[in-house]
Amino acid sequence: MQQAELKDIITEWLPGATFDENGQWLNVNVEPKDLHLLAVKLRNHEHTQFDYCFCLTCVDWKTHLTMVYHLDSTKFRHQVVVKVKLDAAKPEVETVSDLWKTADFHEREVYEMFGVHFINHPDLRLLILPDGWEGKNPLRKNFEDPINMIKL
Amino acid sequence: MWSFSHIADLLHEWLSKTFNPTFTLIIEMVLAGVAVIGLFAALGLVLVIMERKVSAWIQIRLGPNRVGPKGMFQSLADTLKLLVKEGMTPDGADKFLFNLAPFIAMIVAMLLMAPIAFANNFQFWDMNIGVLYISAISSISVISILMAGWASNNKYSLMGAMRSGAQIVSYELSAGLSVLSVVVLTGSLSLNDIIHSQENGWWIFKGHLPIWISFITFIIAVTAETNRAPFDLAEAESELTAGFHTEYSGMKFALFFLAEYVNVFIVCAIGATLFLGGWMPFHIGHLQAFNHVMDYIPSSVWFFGKTFFLIFVIMWFRWTFPRLRIDQLLNLEWKYLLPISMINLLLVTLMAIMGWHF
Amino acid sequence: MIEESFTTAEGDLVINVGPQHPATHGVLHLVITLNGETIKKVEPHLGYIHRSIEKMSESLTYRQFIYVTSRMDYLSAHINNHACALCVEKGLQIEVPGRAQSIRIIMDELTRIASHELWWGAMSMDLGAFTPFFHAFREREVINEIMEETCGARLTMNYMVPGGVMADIHPNFQRRVKDFITLYKKKIHEYDELITGNIIFQNRMKNVGYLSSEDAIAYGVTGPAGRGSGVSCDVRKHSPYEIYDKLEFDEVLETAGDSFARYLVRIREMNQSVRIIEQLIDNIPDGDFQAKTKAVLKLPKGEFYQRVETARGELGVYIVSEGGTTPYRIKYRSPGFSNLSALDHMARGSKLGDLVAMMGTLDLVIPDIDR
Repeated sequence: MQQAELKDIITEWLPGATFDENGQWLNVNVEPKDLHLLAVKLRNHEHTQFDYCFCLTCVDWKTHLTMVYHLDSTKFRHQVVVKVKLDAAKPEVETVSDLWKTADFHEREVYEMFGVHFINHPDLRLLILPDGWEGKNPLRKNFEDPINMIKL
Repeated sequence: MWSFSHIADLLHEWLSKTFNPTFTLIIEMVLAGVAVIGLFAALGLVLVIMERKVSAWIQIRLGPNRVGPKGMFQSLADTLKLLVKEGMTPDGADKFLFNLAPFIAMIVAMLLMAPIAFANNFQFWDMNIGVLYISAISSISVISILMAGWASNNKYSLMGAMRSGAQIVSYELSAGLSVLSVVVLTGSLSLNDIIHSQENGWWIFKGHLPIWISFITFIIAVTAETNRAPFDLAEAESELTAGFHTEYSGMKFALFFLAEYVNVFIVCAIGATLFLGGWMPFHIGHLQAFNHVMDYIPSSVWFFGKTFFLIFVIMWFRWTFPRLRIDQLLNLEWKYLLPISMINLLLVTLMAIMGWHF
Repeated sequence: MIEESFTTAEGDLVINVGPQHPATHGVLHLVITLNGETIKKVEPHLGYIHRSIEKMSESLTYRQFIYVTSRMDYLSAHINNHACALCVEKGLQIEVPGRAQSIRIIMDELTRIASHELWWGAMSMDLGAFTPFFHAFREREVINEIMEETCGARLTMNYMVPGGVMADIHPNFQRRVKDFITLYKKKIHEYDELITGNIIFQNRMKNVGYLSSEDAIAYGVTGPAGRGSGVSCDVRKHSPYEIYDKLEFDEVLETAGDSFARYLVRIREMNQSVRIIEQLIDNIPDGDFQAKTKAVLKLPKGEFYQRVETARGELGVYIVSEGGTTPYRIKYRSPGFSNLSALDHMARGSKLGDLVAMMGTLDLVIPDIDR
């Protein structure tokens, strides 16, 4: 599916979504509350069928966080990037691990690295970091570790 | 004539001339004990270096080549290292059983040497129930493994021991049945009688197809019984780190290690005795001339040649095959080997009654 | 985090496989709930070799951060470097000279063969066969020597730089690669004779660790593991980079979805890699091995994503740039991380011995999972 068609079909579902076409793929910006709705549609609609989430991550913009979902369709081989702006103080978004099982681990990684809380995630625990790291989010820009981090 | 029996006779003559009969007996018993321990140690050293050289040969590398000529003293150096290492006992272990287990493994291996005929007229104890003795004693070895696994207080050890228990108990059946087929043909449980019955040809050649089936079953079953790859589930290092001897170190570990190799030697010696004629040279029926030529090769050379050939085969298995899974291992025994060896025993019995063998 | 209890409430045995365990080939820690020998649950605990390469890359320049990525999936270091170089080139819109492209692809495919050979040996060792390891290393050693001659290193090569490759190929390179291909073709049948045709091996692999194609997609399982489930997921085919679209090679697909299918895919993939190298090795174009780039690279503001096919699957490099000399945020989508997430699903209900076969055929490299 071409970017324009994809844009139309998403606008039809979510009139509030904004788009950014400068990058490699179509970027869709949605509100946190709309994310799961859009994800279900993208995953299941017969013309989109984004069945493969090949990257799920978060970017800390200091003022806010952005969740980035890279989606691919193994059938049509079209890609889309969904972005969700989250509040830095209380980042919360609904999980997509019920749609893409790979999101389970990726969301756990984002949870410990950025402190994003995924609502309805089946097993939101630390995955990589050892015990006692709850609440410290190493990939946030304001993370300080005077011993191990060397400022260049 | 330089043969083992000749040396033994000379020694006995000299001792009985010098000492009174009681003293002679005591000295002879001590000598036999020393010989067993010496053989145990020597076999361990030889088989370890042999295994390493065989594996190196199969794996296109050189193997040990630093200590002594062509690395022949490598296993001696290893033993020395293991001897001076600290034998640790884990905190949560059952200390008595933990320390007892390796000795049971070793004692069983030593006891099994008693009825084996190493050469013509050279046997520690020619008992009339030799085959029964061997199958009875060899089943004790599982106790040492269970003991080690239980006493270590380690989950891996316990699982290894449980696997080993299931494995040895089941494979003993088909090993026993395949041994029985030779017993049926010979009509005797004494190893000496079995060897003498092969004077006109080894059973493997006289017994047609059924004895081949027994032989192959026997080799598979004893490979499993000695916990050797591809049946080394008790110590499957990629699954259970080291299985039942995970917690052992130093000489206690070395005893398990030595016992394994001595057990391999013993089962191969028994296989050679039952199926390949033991020390009996290669004879063909009543071809007197040929048989006499063969007799010129000393009987001990025949015995050790056959045994080491079988040991080589078992080592060959280890370095070529992947490991079986526990359920496949038990399936192989209960679904294939056991029925086959039972039917085979019937065939052999029929053959023995009808006198169809040579 | 680490279960101390011996058994669970239902009387199941809990064992810790790892962090130091012969089958994990690194510091992976799996907490396994067992009922007898049957696996009820596999729970990975990661992070024993986590170096936070993503955070480190944020303070390294666009020339420097590439060298850190060799340490992620150290068995396909070239391909990791390649992905980063491509991503930076995408941002700067650098045209890579044809010579560099050919060299890069030859190096990638050599790395892939070396990685698969190591996997073959290590996986066989997991299953209890020790000999294949040495046979695999016989060929891998030749590749390592080729790498050493041209790149100066055997494992973490750091040969790809933005704009091309760091140095021109060694004069012996083409001859030695051709020698390797001759050797490889002479020896590859031994692999089948030693392991593939072995009845014990086939019993251990067939119908073990089944992963359906839907699950493979859902769990994001890529690379040979995904293709063993019949998912066409070769990045070289569906979104080609460099000159892969001009080369002739097949995407190896198996539909069985079990460990044996994954095994076959990797073995056949080695042959395809040899095919690619054969097409390129005599046709390396003349010219520069590196495009002219500025001393200090500054990516324009924006986001750049590059997908490449490593030996283990799809590697994604996601650079968020604010226009400075260092990336604002880098995310490495490592194939091992997603492949590992399918392990629990695959392993449930099978025997402990099968877990080793599954881990072997997923080809987990722990630094790649932890990053």
